[in-house]
Amino acid sequence: MNDIVISARNLTKHYHLGGGLGGAGQIVRAVDGVSLDIHERETFALVGESGCGKTTLGRIMLRLQEPSGGEINYRGQELTTLDEKGMRALRKKLQVVFQDPYASLNPRMRIEQILAEPLRAHGYGSAAEIRERCAALLEMVGLRRQYLRSYPHQFSGGQRQRIGIARALANNPDFVVCDESVSALDVSIQAQVLNLLRDLQDELKLTYFFITHDLSVVRQFADRVGVMFLGRLVEVGTTEEIFSAPKHPYTMFLISAVPRADPHQRSRERPILKGEIPSPMDMPNGCRFHTRCPFAQDICRTEDPEPQTQGTRTVACHFPLEA
Amino acid sequence: MTVSPDLNVDTVEEIQEASLLRDTMRAFARNRMALLGLVFVALLVFLAIFAPIVSPHDPYRMALDEQFLPPSTTYWLGTDNFGRDVLTRIIYGARISLVVGIVPSLISLIIGTFMGVLSGYIGGKVDFVIMRLADMMIAFPSLLLAMVVMYTLGANLFNIFVALALVGWAGVARVVRSQTLALKEKEFIEAAHANGASRVTIMFRHIFPNVVPTLIVLFSLSIPDAIMWESSLSFLGVGVQPPEASWGLLVSRGKEYLFQAPVVAIAPGVAILLTVLAFNFVGDGLRDALDPSMKD
Repeated sequence: MNDIVISARNLTKHYHLGGGLGGAGQIVRAVDGVSLDIHERETFALVGESGCGKTTLGRIMLRLQEPSGGEINYRGQELTTLDEKGMRALRKKLQVVFQDPYASLNPRMRIEQILAEPLRAHGYGSAAEIRERCAALLEMVGLRRQYLRSYPHQFSGGQRQRIGIARALANNPDFVVCDESVSALDVSIQAQVLNLLRDLQDELKLTYFFITHDLSVVRQFADRVGVMFLGRLVEVGTTEEIFSAPKHPYTMFLISAVPRADPHQRSRERPILKGEIPSPMDMPNGCRFHTRCPFAQDICRTEDPEPQTQGTRTVACHFPLEA
Repeated sequence: MTVSPDLNVDTVEEIQEASLLRDTMRAFARNRMALLGLVFVALLVFLAIFAPIVSPHDPYRMALDEQFLPPSTTYWLGTDNFGRDVLTRIIYGARISLVVGIVPSLISLIIGTFMGVLSGYIGGKVDFVIMRLADMMIAFPSLLLAMVVMYTLGANLFNIFVALALVGWAGVARVVRSQTLALKEKEFIEAAHANGASRVTIMFRHIFPNVVPTLIVLFSLSIPDAIMWESSLSFLGVGVQPPEASWGLLVSRGKEYLFQAPVVAIAPGVAILLTVLAFNFVGDGLRDALDPSMKD
């Protein structure tokens, strides 16, 4: 399979808490053994509730944070063993668009300086060439080139996010992590930015790793979906499969929780998940969803289900739901 | 590529050419107190530079028959115990006090910023070593430290700079370090990292410019501090030596005659007070003006 852009094997990220003098401290398993392949020019959406490790997974796949274990393979190149210099060179191809367009642009830099930074870092060319490229980038995301001399605070949230996208695309990347990139925007702007991302994907042959908690965005935008729960990928499949026939109980609850616009459907009974997420510091034995799962059996309490792959679907459940 | 047309609603006229300098000046000019402070500081600098021309008398000429004269049209602020004109000595004192206020503050600011950014951004062992060094400087009685420096190196202006910078950098480093730690977690730093910017680039282009407003405030606060330090050292006999005039020296010498001629001690004290206030107003004004999010 040579159409895989990036593949993660058994990635983990553990944070050690406390344990100062003599104390053992606790371990937070933010990402706990995730394996996945992302294909060329697809949009892979990662969904899950707050604190399940989505963002951490995105960060360690780009080595913005160091993974505690596992492997990341980018087009045949192992990233985890790369030194800082080699990694910095590869950052040209691996990019990220951040969640908060107010925090991701340096307030003391002009737009031109912000866009020029990745170009300079990778030796793009002369000052005039860089300037021209910055202007072209701005126009590519639908902003005027006159804005080059402005500061971030002169823009709205949507415009700032466009600038963030332009910066990520400066060096013609290959793989872009969008970390909740539209969550901070209001709905009409969200649609504009999503359309922009899709146009750019077609034009520049991009692969997106799209982290979000907004399922309606996923449905509209993603080719494949991965569902994350407490540091694990519990289900992976195409968007159609996941939405029409979820196999993991958690996925089913997640999808049934999406608000419906149709008032006639609203009154119908729908399953709502009860209870709290277990603490990532104190994982339950066996399947980590069993404390909330209405279908849990004895085996779920003792044995952690391994992900099983059939065709395009991967499910980590002892008793996957039948369609 | 096609983009929906409603994105470009802004007309060209609305796009303002943002110039940091001009925006800052405009915001600064709107702050009355800051402007007042700036006028005062400018006046002071002018007086200090042109002291020989603007001062009404010779600062060193003694006239023992004119001791402790009250303020009059000849001696606006009266005369001191040697019959010297107090106003003239204050004007000359501004020279030393301004230099002593500004130069060591700048030196400790530069050293402190460098150490603070390094400490906060690199972290680990570098952080540990720099911060323990700063702790040592802070834990040591600073007046004693400054006196040791002055005694061993001799009492002159340059050594005052050395002594004050040695005492001052640690505090700056601590403040800058804490700012750096906060900035380090910002997404734009992570973005710079993701863009392949080197650590040096991140420190210089991302962290440092965001620390500048704090530095300006620190600077405006450390100038009066330094002026007071110089006064203390001069008072203890290891600072500026008579017959030179510095404000601190004038206050400490004048206070011996506080009941005979209160103006001799109070006038330079008021000069210190006004200067300290003026620098603080300027510092506050600059901080507000430099913050881009506070502009309209």
